[in-house]
Amino acid sequence: MTFLVLDGLTKRYDEALAVDRLSLAVPRGGILALLGPSGSGKTTTLRMLGGFEVPDGGRIVVDGQEVTGLAARERRFGMVFQHYALFPHLDVRGNVAFGLEMLGVRGADIDRRVRETLALVDLAGMETRPVDRMSGGQQQRVALARALAPEPRVLLLDEPLSNLDPTLRERTRRELRALIRRVGITTVFVTHDQEDAFDLADQVAILRAGRLEQVGTPDQLYTEPANPFVAGFVGRATRLDAVLEESGPDHAWVRIGEARVRIPGRRSASPSGPIHLVTRPEAWQLVPAAGASLRGVVTDRRTTGARAFLTIRIADGVMIEVNAAPHAAAEGAEVGLVAVDEGVHLFPRNG
Amino acid sequence: MAMSRRAWSWGAAFLLGALLWLVAYPIILSGFEGFTGPEGATLQYVREFFARPNEWQALWGSLWISVATVIVSALVGVPLAFLFGRTEFPGRRVLGALVGLPVALPPLVGVLAFLFLYGESGFAAHFVKWITRSETAPWRLQGAGAILLVHAYSMYVYFYLLVRAALERMDGAALEAAASLGATRWQVFRRVTLPMLRPSLLGAALLTFTTSLASFSAPYIFGGGFRVMTTQVLATRLNGDTQVAMVETIALTLIALVALALMGAVGDGNARGGSKGAAPVRHLATGKGRLFAMIGGWSLAVLLLLPHATLLLLSFVPVGTWTTQVLPPVYTVNNYVELVGSAERLRPLVNSLWMATLATVASLVIAVWAGHLVVRRQVSVRKWIETLLVAPWAVPGTVFALALATAFSVHQPWALRVILVGSLWILPLAYLIRNLPVASRPILAGFRQLDPSLEEAAAGLGATRAGILRRVTLPLLAPALGAAGALAFVTALGDFVTSVLLYTYDTRPLSLEILSSLRSGDVGVASVYGVLLMAASAAVFLLGSRHGDATG
Repeated sequence: MTFLVLDGLTKRYDEALAVDRLSLAVPRGGILALLGPSGSGKTTTLRMLGGFEVPDGGRIVVDGQEVTGLAARERRFGMVFQHYALFPHLDVRGNVAFGLEMLGVRGADIDRRVRETLALVDLAGMETRPVDRMSGGQQQRVALARALAPEPRVLLLDEPLSNLDPTLRERTRRELRALIRRVGITTVFVTHDQEDAFDLADQVAILRAGRLEQVGTPDQLYTEPANPFVAGFVGRATRLDAVLEESGPDHAWVRIGEARVRIPGRRSASPSGPIHLVTRPEAWQLVPAAGASLRGVVTDRRTTGARAFLTIRIADGVMIEVNAAPHAAAEGAEVGLVAVDEGVHLFPRNG
Repeated sequence: MAMSRRAWSWGAAFLLGALLWLVAYPIILSGFEGFTGPEGATLQYVREFFARPNEWQALWGSLWISVATVIVSALVGVPLAFLFGRTEFPGRRVLGALVGLPVALPPLVGVLAFLFLYGESGFAAHFVKWITRSETAPWRLQGAGAILLVHAYSMYVYFYLLVRAALERMDGAALEAAASLGATRWQVFRRVTLPMLRPSLLGAALLTFTTSLASFSAPYIFGGGFRVMTTQVLATRLNGDTQVAMVETIALTLIALVALALMGAVGDGNARGGSKGAAPVRHLATGKGRLFAMIGGWSLAVLLLLPHATLLLLSFVPVGTWTTQVLPPVYTVNNYVELVGSAERLRPLVNSLWMATLATVASLVIAVWAGHLVVRRQVSVRKWIETLLVAPWAVPGTVFALALATAFSVHQPWALRVILVGSLWILPLAYLIRNLPVASRPILAGFRQLDPSLEEAAAGLGATRAGILRRVTLPLLAPALGAAGALAFVTALGDFVTSVLLYTYDTRPLSLEILSSLRSGDVGVASVYGVLLMAASAAVFLLGSRHGDATG
């Protein structure tokens, strides 16, 4: 079922490794997001897939055929560039027809396929519009139509939503997802935005400094992060230094500063010692300060409507972010904290 | 600031009046002369113009030389732009900048350098004579071929600079998009790169065409019996046929105006294509390709810069020491020493410097004033002011000099005509008017990019109008001022076309001194002046454009 394989892909710029032995697999029709901060190698990876960069090592295989050595024009991959890269001297039709003409499609067939593709991206009847007179959202759809018209084997998107304003962004995301599902095309896209990645992709690969940190479904990444980087990069999280005192089958005991805190949840037994503790805001419950082992003072409170985010100082310079009911506590109040079932992740800390 | 509306309108009226008087009036006046005989209005001279076969030859000569110049310059400049804009090899940056430098060099210096390298008694001829053991010069550098060669040698720069700039801001992602849609390298070039370069190519073609049409130095020195309009105007005038000369200037101006109108029409497209995106990919970045690019780049650069190197070499050759040898046998710095030692020798340099400085400062002041009125105040006559500012561009220098010579050679204060010809002031004035387009274009553009709220913020903080100008507007305009000033100064410093018609012995500029030392066979002295002109132009140009880069 695997359709697109990246096998040990490596790219070096001068001596720095931009992409380091990256291996990923995408099933036919799957949508893979490459998510990471800038400099993580995600764009380089996409450009290697498109044939614009030559890998220094590894292979790219599509549908059983190795394409690593093929030029961009021989790959039949469709690419949508971050700034769209529409041909400014051609109108909408000229842009969308370009790839078809390169394939040798002629005459009425071109008109028909341009018409169909434009209908697909909801731009029916816009054939003769000059592309530089269109809005950003429309330009993006032209770019998408241009990439899809020659029926590529794989669709590549470079930061597909980064140029759109927030309201348009959410709508475009929904439309893009629906479109990709409808066409059923295997898709790889690059983003630095976690929301984009989680909303659009079946599988998300998290990259840092050219290396794959973790790949999985959005749920897996959120609930089972493989390391502190993934835990911190995905979703809201607070990271604390703590000491693991003992771990059992359904809970662990952890020392945070002076407090000894019980952390529920199943986890594999790990040796005691210093750890990184990464917590989600929803992992804590407020309790009265009196009698609680972990206590702190509310220093900041932001309401999102249904819930509030509280910043609680549990020691000098140590803050923890907690999600609570809007009026659970006022600023300056002293509160106690108890960990609930999920959302606290413990990772051994070296040194 | 409502109180100043009226005052500013007066200012606009004054500026418009001054521009009409300086730019339009002389041309119109001399135009009338072509239609005025002893008994009033007449078409006699127009008929005479069309009846003379010489005139048709000159008209035809000007046109075909200009078209041919465009073609040859494109054939040199465009490949050069690709070589330096699209490949990577050691020395690319420095050579790329050097190859573009002739844009700042006065045409006369180019002609001079060319003469010394490829002329009958130049290096190339000496070399061929030495190889063939012949006594006579292997060729004569004269006629249409010579003009075309000199033109191509100096005007490839327009194609080179414009196309290279377009290549550098071209969206590299568009080329990658074409490749990923299945286009071969050739298809990418033909279907994407070339169409995206279209505005630059058209702009360069028209710039080359108008420059070539107005070119005077090359036909004047190399023309021989070959007729073009610019030299024809001068010859007719010196013959005493003043009115026919005026008809000729009208004909030449009309062709130039048509070309300018065409340039304006295609100029609209220039705004396109500057989208942000991935940087252009440099091809041929590896192995063999890199080697070929390097060999090509170096040899082309050497070939194109050889004339200027020749000039430098000859400036060290004493008078009369170089006759039949392949290379001059004696070198000395005497030519330079004499220049500094003799007041008479130094005179043209001093003249050129003060006249160019005065003209530059004045044109900058006018340009800033105009920019304020046109862009900020949006005065009702702004279209007129702008048109008059760029108009001197369309009018060939010969035409303009003749018009000034006509308008300011009589004392008729009621007709706003005073005697300036023969005075100290006619050349600075001529330079000033000729400088208006190069000075005002960058400054108007600078004003347009300036956020008006910055000046408003300063006003809100209590700054006076003078304070705003000094503390906010001028510093923000510094890059534009630098570029405009450098271009204007360099143009005035090397001017030959207008000077040759308007100079007096006391105000003789560098270019005229070069010509007279050349005529008296003083190659070394001519070269020294040429080198000085070249060095000053290059220095000012580099300084101005660097300043522009750093703050812009």
